[in-house]
Amino acid sequence: MSKSQVKQKEESDAMESQRPIVNDFTLVVATVNGSGSQTSNLALIRAFFRMGIPVCGKNLFPSNIQGLPTWYTIRVNAKGYTANKLKADLLVAMNMATFRDDLKDLKQGGVCFYDDRLAEPADRPDIIFYPIPIRDLVHEADPPKQLREYVANMAYVGVLTEILEIDIEEIRSALDTHFGGREKSIALNMKMIELAASWARDNLPKRDPYRVERMPRDEELLLVDGNTAAALGAIYGGVTVASWYPITPASSLAETLEYYLPHLRSDPETGKATYAVIQAEDELAAIGMAVGAGWVGARAMTSTSGPGISLMSEFTGLAFFAEIPIVIWDVQRMGPSTGLPTRTSQGDVLTLRFLSHGDTLHTILIPAAPHECFEFGWRAFDLAERFQTPVFVLSDLDLGMNQWVSKPFQYPEVDMDRGKVLSAQDLEKLGDYGRYRDVDGDGIAPRTLPGTDHPLAAFFTRGTGHDERAIYSENAQDWDANIERLWRKLDNVRDALPAPVVQRMGDAEVGIIAFGSTDPAIIEAREYLSGEGLATDYLRIRAIPFSKTVEDFIQEHEVVYVIEMNTAGQMHQLLQLEWPALATKLVSLTKNNGVPLDADWTFEAVRNAEEQRHEG
Amino acid sequence: MKDNGNGRAKKKVNEIGLSRSDYKGRPTTLCQGCGHNSISSQIMAACYDLSIQPENVIKISGIGCSSKSPTYFMSRSHGFNAVHGRMPSIATGASIANRSLKTIGVSGDGDTASIGIGQFIHLMRRNVPMVYIIENNGVYGLTKGQFSATADQGQKLKKMGVNPFMPIDLCMEALIANCGFVARSFAGDPKQVKELLKSALNFQGTAVLDIISPCVTFNNRDESTKSYSWGIEHEYPLHDVTWVPSYDEIEMEIEPGEIVEVELHNKSRLVLKKLEHNHDASDRLAAMQLLEETCCAEILATGLIYLNLNQETFQSVENLVDKPLARLQQDQLRPAKEALEKVMDDFR
Repeated sequence: MSKSQVKQKEESDAMESQRPIVNDFTLVVATVNGSGSQTSNLALIRAFFRMGIPVCGKNLFPSNIQGLPTWYTIRVNAKGYTANKLKADLLVAMNMATFRDDLKDLKQGGVCFYDDRLAEPADRPDIIFYPIPIRDLVHEADPPKQLREYVANMAYVGVLTEILEIDIEEIRSALDTHFGGREKSIALNMKMIELAASWARDNLPKRDPYRVERMPRDEELLLVDGNTAAALGAIYGGVTVASWYPITPASSLAETLEYYLPHLRSDPETGKATYAVIQAEDELAAIGMAVGAGWVGARAMTSTSGPGISLMSEFTGLAFFAEIPIVIWDVQRMGPSTGLPTRTSQGDVLTLRFLSHGDTLHTILIPAAPHECFEFGWRAFDLAERFQTPVFVLSDLDLGMNQWVSKPFQYPEVDMDRGKVLSAQDLEKLGDYGRYRDVDGDGIAPRTLPGTDHPLAAFFTRGTGHDERAIYSENAQDWDANIERLWRKLDNVRDALPAPVVQRMGDAEVGIIAFGSTDPAIIEAREYLSGEGLATDYLRIRAIPFSKTVEDFIQEHEVVYVIEMNTAGQMHQLLQLEWPALATKLVSLTKNNGVPLDADWTFEAVRNAEEQRHEG
Repeated sequence: MKDNGNGRAKKKVNEIGLSRSDYKGRPTTLCQGCGHNSISSQIMAACYDLSIQPENVIKISGIGCSSKSPTYFMSRSHGFNAVHGRMPSIATGASIANRSLKTIGVSGDGDTASIGIGQFIHLMRRNVPMVYIIENNGVYGLTKGQFSATADQGQKLKKMGVNPFMPIDLCMEALIANCGFVARSFAGDPKQVKELLKSALNFQGTAVLDIISPCVTFNNRDESTKSYSWGIEHEYPLHDVTWVPSYDEIEMEIEPGEIVEVELHNKSRLVLKKLEHNHDASDRLAAMQLLEETCCAEILATGLIYLNLNQETFQSVENLVDKPLARLQQDQLRPAKEALEKVMDDFR
């Protein structure tokens, strides 16, 4: 179906609201930060998920603990389109302060559930209003006083359960999961939900067309956020030292490590830890600890976001030149300081590629879904140790903190690659050793770990100025040789990285290149474009340095739109740098306002660009 | 040297069969007469005397003249010249990744008292097992003679003029941060430096040694408290300190009441022989008072300022397995497939 057809259909649906709209709507819950609505929203999204309906949950939250407005968007879509959607079909209005603005974002003919203490506006006759007497319902449910505000959020869950025909048993099972089976908490919340549902049954005749229906469920699928997946991936990759400093939106990655490691990685006999997770004093120290641990031979990582990346810059350069394996997760957010730290962005691409001073060039993995966060979570260690270099994994707030339906995590099918490490026996056999000597011709010089019991083992690690025996040298030829080897090593990284994912539509002349969390929006937008008669091929970059496949893809198309969530078109710039002869084929389309990319904008951006191209 | 019967002189060796030359580093590139070189010599001597396997030591540092010095001792130990002021984080990561290593960190007043002050404090807060040596000369050498944060108030330097600010006392900072081993010494007193180093190397937590180590090029004028002449004239040893291995009987002339003997965790002992002053190194407040009083009186009090054996180390807090983390292999690092299936059920 084309985009305009979709629009027409939506409008006609709204007008003759008799025709049911099943498993296809966007619901926005507008509440106040810190009011405890997260449990309610997670119960809803998990219930949809367990009914087999494709779903996503996106939390748009302020940098605040309590009191500022927050919105939770849940999109259900039978076709599996789970990108963000800006115009909601349904609104749950719980926040007086934003009520009028929230209504503006509700589409023509939408549905609004609201706390009946709010005044129903007279200027939106198109909207179907369902007032909910929250206060009375809470009074009736009579929860403990201190939990009243929290339980009040369950009232809208109850009403939605009734009106949207959600299976209440799935709500119960979702709460069971949420509360880890704690009966008292489940019962307290279910009481409120059942009461509100029953009230709605008696008092709210259904006037809207939206409802859900059970679909065949793929039992393998997961409902999970990227940070959780990343942490588990790291655990299965054998992370032994993880040092971090709290920062939104990366904190939950390290916190998930802390949560699962005791279960998964304690020595079965002694109960002692085979890992250390250290909350450092800042990001300067967090990366220092990781570098120290990586140098000694541990699988070391740190996780942070943009401001932390800036602070880690100097040490990253040292690790690059001293050739020390470390893994750094960058869960991207908007730029510096206060304002939009809790909003998503893809603004760190260029920073990561060149992070630090003096000629550094980094390896970056870019997952687009939780199952890829898991995979890159363990693979990053293999790459870091094999190539003895920092490896970045580039995620973002949308992928890291929001709820995604994900393919199951695949247990690593290959053994860990610990890279070239010489033992005391190896050294004895060799009779000579130089830390930076390229014995195999692949640019990767074998290292020894501190503590290796052989007089030849030791070397002195420093950033620049060393010869192939790691002895201090300011000799230009020594450094030339070292840099030549280092860059040869890096060139070999290219072929060891996850290949791009390419999806084609016949022999399209238009290509799209994107990466990371924008994937669902691109997939959906391509469907709309195709409906308008515009076939597109799509290449999703999964690693930097780029694969040769990317070059071929650009070659094959008349024009390639590089779509990303930053203002400068950073990936676009990198591609142009890599293949200047192809630069004129590349067109940058960017959106950078903190909100996850949606298909409507993407569709229009490509369509407009195509119109311009044909006019021009 | 004794003749071994083959006509070659037999080298003197320590208990693990290593000679002094096995503890040597590369030739120093620091200025002739630099206090740091004297400290490097004492590090080598202490490690030789203690029969420490050099391969089991890591030498780490930040940036500056002092931080260059790990190259100049013990070439058979892995070394790491890190970034300015951030040797403590390297030490923390390295020592947690391999708990069997002995960590010697060398820093300077520029490296520790300015950019490094935060990491210095947090290292002590965690009680990371290591010897933290500050080669303190009150001046930046590699960048050619700027004031450091330990420079005396009113001190004059050729290109900087007069320093208007109060110095940071790194021993005082260590006391405030609850460091369990705080010592001050003077590079011109190699015997004391060596005994304190031996004691520090046998201490189980963070041991801080602030060693006044004159810069002969930029800050060695008589009136500077970081000069040789001032140190020689004003040094006031708190006690005569000797480290004694666990199996040695103490052989000294003992006058009752004048010897304090402390048993360290590994059963070796610190013997402090009283001189004129009666300093109680187990009293943290007394230690602070001592620093305050001697500073005001222009006295360079040296020796063991504070000792506290009752603090848990970072490794023990983290409850690590005995085998170094860095030596764990796949069978201990990658949980079973079944466990992953179980975890995924949390998300279904």
